[in-house]
Amino acid sequence: MEKALLKNYGNAETHKIDVYIAGGGYVALASAMKMQSDQIIQLVKDSGLRGRGGAGFPTGLKWSFIPKDPTIPKFLCCNADEGEPGTFKDRGIIDFDPHLLIEGMIIASFAFGASKSYIYIRGEFAFGAKRLETAIKEAYQKGFLGKNILGSGFAHDMYVHRGFGAYICGEETALLESIEGWRAQPRKKPPFPALSGLYGKPTVINNVETLSCIPAIISRGAKWFSSIGPEKSPGPKIFGVSGHVKKPGLYELPMGTTIRELIFDHCGGMSSDRPLKAVIPGGVSAPMLNANDLDTKLDFDSLASKGSMLGSGAVIVMDSSTCMVKTAYIINRFFSHESCGKCTPCRDGTPWLTKVLKRLEHGEGRIGDVELLERLCSNIFGRTFCPLGDGAVMALRGFIKNFREEFQYHVDNKKCKAA
Amino acid sequence: MSEIFSKVKNEIAAVLDKYPNGRSAVMDVLRIAQEANGGHLTKEALGEIAALLDMRPVEVNAAAAFYTMYRIQKPAGRHHIWVCRNISCSLLGAEHIIAYLERALRIKTGETTADDKFTLSTAECLGSCGTAPMMQIDDDYYENLTESKIDEILAEKGLK
Ligand SMILES: Cc1cc2nc3c(=O)[nH]c(=O)nc-3n(C[C@H](O)[C@H](O)[C@H](O)COP(=O)(O)O)c2cc1C
Ligand code: FES
Repeated sequence: MEKALLKNYGNAETHKIDVYIAGGGYVALASAMKMQSDQIIQLVKDSGLRGRGGAGFPTGLKWSFIPKDPTIPKFLCCNADEGEPGTFKDRGIIDFDPHLLIEGMIIASFAFGASKSYIYIRGEFAFGAKRLETAIKEAYQKGFLGKNILGSGFAHDMYVHRGFGAYICGEETALLESIEGWRAQPRKKPPFPALSGLYGKPTVINNVETLSCIPAIISRGAKWFSSIGPEKSPGPKIFGVSGHVKKPGLYELPMGTTIRELIFDHCGGMSSDRPLKAVIPGGVSAPMLNANDLDTKLDFDSLASKGSMLGSGAVIVMDSSTCMVKTAYIINRFFSHESCGKCTPCRDGTPWLTKVLKRLEHGEGRIGDVELLERLCSNIFGRTFCPLGDGAVMALRGFIKNFREEFQYHVDNKKCKAA
Repeated sequence: MSEIFSKVKNEIAAVLDKYPNGRSAVMDVLRIAQEANGGHLTKEALGEIAALLDMRPVEVNAAAAFYTMYRIQKPAGRHHIWVCRNISCSLLGAEHIIAYLERALRIKTGETTADDKFTLSTAECLGSCGTAPMMQIDDDYYENLTESKIDEILAEKGLK
């Protein structure tokens, strides 16, 4: 498969606009600007592209919700908050191919008429933020941004907005609050951002990888995209593999690649002779799978049918030496640390889970603690304002479902079975 | 306007230009002020920012408190080390890396060395999981860490 997203990954030159253009960059933008905006939206719908930020919402459909009235200002926000633990794919695009993202963003903005866009990048990505700022300047100089882009009459301004350390800002409405300078807590939906988003105006929020698919869809066509991988969940996909494999890293492969193929054909297998114990297929919010699930396909629907999710496509691999209680504790500690404090079940529930997991991990577990964890999960799940709390519960339930006896072992023996 | 703010006047003007109102620039202005002031925000700076952006002081304080990268309490050391302790790094020995750093710097996590050179903190996933274990020092990432690599990095940063 010829790469569309990672073709410049690791290249020390491609972040410069002249090098990007010499490699065929901004040709898709020129083609798109000869199309009607509706035609572009239809093309993206036909491609079957679904959002790569986690939820897998159809991208063309999302764009089509934006009101057509040309007198209303509209915004595009690119979600580059990349905070889901295990995830490092968007950084791979931003650092090496910033113009791919920028080109995708200009095409998207042209399609639904956004006059301004913001790239919300997490604060720790200082290098990436500078890369993007320089690339945006270059794009202005070449006439791809600013007034009358490529003589089309379309005007667009693009800015970088830097986060400063808060996972919740990846949630799209918290992201909007953060740009507006309020406390970054999620908003009530509806109204959805497509009608009332940034500054109360119609807004599309898309992930970096989603927007970076757009230039190739314009150049190579909707059929090319939709013919890769499963019919309902097509396209090239970046998998970020970490943990106990020989060659961790980013892999661009067809959607629907199996976990086994990814780990054993592409990542060189396990990093030691210890066997695989568990895999988290889509960032820590995605419920884990075990060694019997390796033939599961990595796409939105296949993973959903397994009770898990593709999420951000971050595949975390654990071998037999991994203590499941400790790992569950680390993940849960993260969620309680990042709970934004807006709703009680999440604000109070996640630290409680962490407290119980911590005592289990430290050999101070009490009889009934596993059941207590399950009860707490039920009191959080479905009752939180945003999906952060649900993510914490789904993750923990996955651990307990697959390795309950290991949790019980910590209660009964005050120590770990795996380590 | 205090000395710090007049030094970064142009930078602040540029970020104000990005948004339709001052409030939206609060994160950028806090960052610029923190960088200009050697890595932390003073009470006076927060007050000045509120006046500049036409916000209430409590709102600026709340913004600074919400995000982990702003320092509003004790001044941080000249170099701030953030070691990732999340899942992928933990699977590849983050705990060991943290313990090694604590020994090398002769401080505990959360503390600053006596010469004010280094502050050691833990961080949640920094988006570098494929090159775990990793840490960030100031703006730079250091990946695929080993003990000897840490020795080299700390020496380069001036650890005696
Ligand atoms: C707690 C939480 C954190 C999230 N973090 C991110 C993130 O870091 N990056 C991202 O693209 N989407 C993240 N999302 C999903 C966004 O809310 C949103 O669905 C996504 O950016 C839409 O883009 P897409 O349609 O291109 O996938 C997060 C969602 C939640 C609930
Ligand atoms: S888990 Fe350490 S960088 Fe992601």
